[in-house]
Amino acid sequence: MNDGQSAETIVGRGAKEGAALFREWFQTLTEAPARGEKAAYVFVMGSMAEVLRAFDFHTVFPEINSLQTAVRRVAHEYLNDAEDYGYSPDICGYVKADFAVQLRGGDHPMGRIPPPALAVYTNACNTYIKWAEIWERMYHVPIFTLDVPGTRAAGEQTWPGHPDFENDKRYVGAQIKELIALCEEVSGRKFDVDRLREVMGHANAMIRAWKRLLELNRSTPAVFNALTDGTVYLGMSNGFRGTPEGAAYFNRVVEEMEYKTAHGLGTLTEEKYRLIFVGVPCYPIFRRFNEMFAEWGGAFVSSTYLWFASGGTNYGWEYDLSRPLDSLAEGVLISVRHAMDSMFFQDRALIDMVGPYQVDGVVFHPIKSCRTTSTGQADTRRAVMAAADVGSLFIESDMMDKRVVSEAQLKNRIDAFFEGLATRKQLAGGG
Amino acid sequence: MAYAAGVDVGSTQTKAIILNEHREIVSRALIDTGANVVLAAENAYVEALKNGNIREEEVEYVVGTGYGRYKVTFGDTQITEISCHGRGSVHMFPGTRTVVDMGGQDTKAIRVNPTGEIVDFCMNDKCAAGTGRFLGAAAAALEIPLGELGPTALRAEKAVKISTTCTVFAESEVVSWLGKGKKIEDILLGVHQSIVSRSLGLMRRVGIEPEVTFTGGVTLNAGIVKVLNDALGFPVNVSEESHYMGAVGAALFAMDRIMNSRVPAA
Repeated sequence: MNDGQSAETIVGRGAKEGAALFREWFQTLTEAPARGEKAAYVFVMGSMAEVLRAFDFHTVFPEINSLQTAVRRVAHEYLNDAEDYGYSPDICGYVKADFAVQLRGGDHPMGRIPPPALAVYTNACNTYIKWAEIWERMYHVPIFTLDVPGTRAAGEQTWPGHPDFENDKRYVGAQIKELIALCEEVSGRKFDVDRLREVMGHANAMIRAWKRLLELNRSTPAVFNALTDGTVYLGMSNGFRGTPEGAAYFNRVVEEMEYKTAHGLGTLTEEKYRLIFVGVPCYPIFRRFNEMFAEWGGAFVSSTYLWFASGGTNYGWEYDLSRPLDSLAEGVLISVRHAMDSMFFQDRALIDMVGPYQVDGVVFHPIKSCRTTSTGQADTRRAVMAAADVGSLFIESDMMDKRVVSEAQLKNRIDAFFEGLATRKQLAGGG
Repeated sequence: MAYAAGVDVGSTQTKAIILNEHREIVSRALIDTGANVVLAAENAYVEALKNGNIREEEVEYVVGTGYGRYKVTFGDTQITEISCHGRGSVHMFPGTRTVVDMGGQDTKAIRVNPTGEIVDFCMNDKCAAGTGRFLGAAAAALEIPLGELGPTALRAEKAVKISTTCTVFAESEVVSWLGKGKKIEDILLGVHQSIVSRSLGLMRRVGIEPEVTFTGGVTLNAGIVKVLNDALGFPVNVSEESHYMGAVGAALFAMDRIMNSRVPAA
């Protein structure tokens, strides 16, 4: 599989190539208006990239743009702009940073974000709806709501062939047809089903690779950091969904991780504890946040973030290209439902991950900015602890706003968590 | 005879404890932390050595704990106060299953198993509501010495409900109740109940299992102990050492390291 490759050429290339493609993506976005190309604003949970790419819309992810301001340590400037305008300190930091980007005419540390020609969002996050309404008012562009039925009760899902599922699929399918009509109107182009099929084929390749990638981190030591590397992969999976570049990128990342697995090369030089991360990372001190775990030998082997922020891609549902529109409705229903499950029915999945991923601890990270991903984490934690013999940590900060990130308090709790894990290992005879 | 020491550098006060090989407390010291954290740690340790008439070289291992644990420059290692309060509490009160620690800026609830292992813990978020600082704000507003807060509150007839959870706003709420003619005793009992209510919330998050051991500087306040007992419906464990429990736990960990390092006799 990797014969002829050396550690020097293969290890780390996913991060390197991801960063390069990311810069290219933003460069393309910057140049789009001058080329007369249109952009669609979308979100990570149900981006509908397959349809939008079939019309050659550029996809812009305001969530990704916002988190980039935090990673690049300028989020406070954007948050201040929005708060000076009148937005409350208590609402979603992603919304405020994006609003400030719009106020600045698209000015962003990675380039210039083009204005939207339309916006598409699902009901996976309640804030999406009000967020899109801001663009509607600012730019007078159409916004499109895709209402995806979620799981009604834990453990009671329906699948293809079941009457309830088929009804839900028809509901989603009818909305997709409306979206296609809207795209025709905004782009001025006729819908081409073969172009859609081609995009869905690239998406399939990425979906396969994404699922394989997550499974590869079951190896010991873990071959990638689900928190830091995972964020790069998430950016790529969203920004390049449905493109040949995205599919090729993830095939190469899988190749890299298979190489690392075969050669026992871990993401940490000395992995002592294997962790799952629940929630959205602390981007204002992203590197330091991860270091506080890595210093103790804590490796993040998986996360719910890789689950919901990939729009449920981890479920691995692939499209049937012989019936593209029907299969797209099926795939969107299953994947977006799965993404929502990661927030509202996450306990069972977390418990099921403990064995295969050999998990020592689960880190719960509710954040001030996002109640959608944070509400319920305390209950989930109790359920996980009751069902699985793992340690757990509950720490609070934010994904954007450094004013509510207290490194000293975080470190104190993280250190205590690892002291507990060490005692557990000692008592279990693990040294 | 080897000695082990624990130095707990808290936000308000720094505590030092020295144990002998029988894990008995042979000396202690308590000083205000002040602005120079390194110096506070050194001074507390030197004072404990002096109080116990112990030479520094007789102390084989020192563990630093508390927010300033990394400032215990003469320490051999650092352990969080969460682990130390748990360990100290189970040592002093072996029936302990839940620990509630109220310090200057932190309140924490800790659930422990019989061996002192931390099963779960929970702390106040990024504000000082429900901590000793909340009491300090009330004492300042009412111009009452800290030591008088508890006894004064215990003379109350009918508690005033303090609704704010913000330490800064609590001060203005206290003043507004004074303006409405409420008695100081009744206002203070309300302040005490407010703090206990916050700590009960933390305890419920980890699960309240008796026995409950109360630690930290706020244990010196008899009013809080009484309100806490009433709220729980059973008495909490509290002793002279409660204020020093973090340092006690740190010293116990230090003694573990000494004992573990010794090669068993052939």
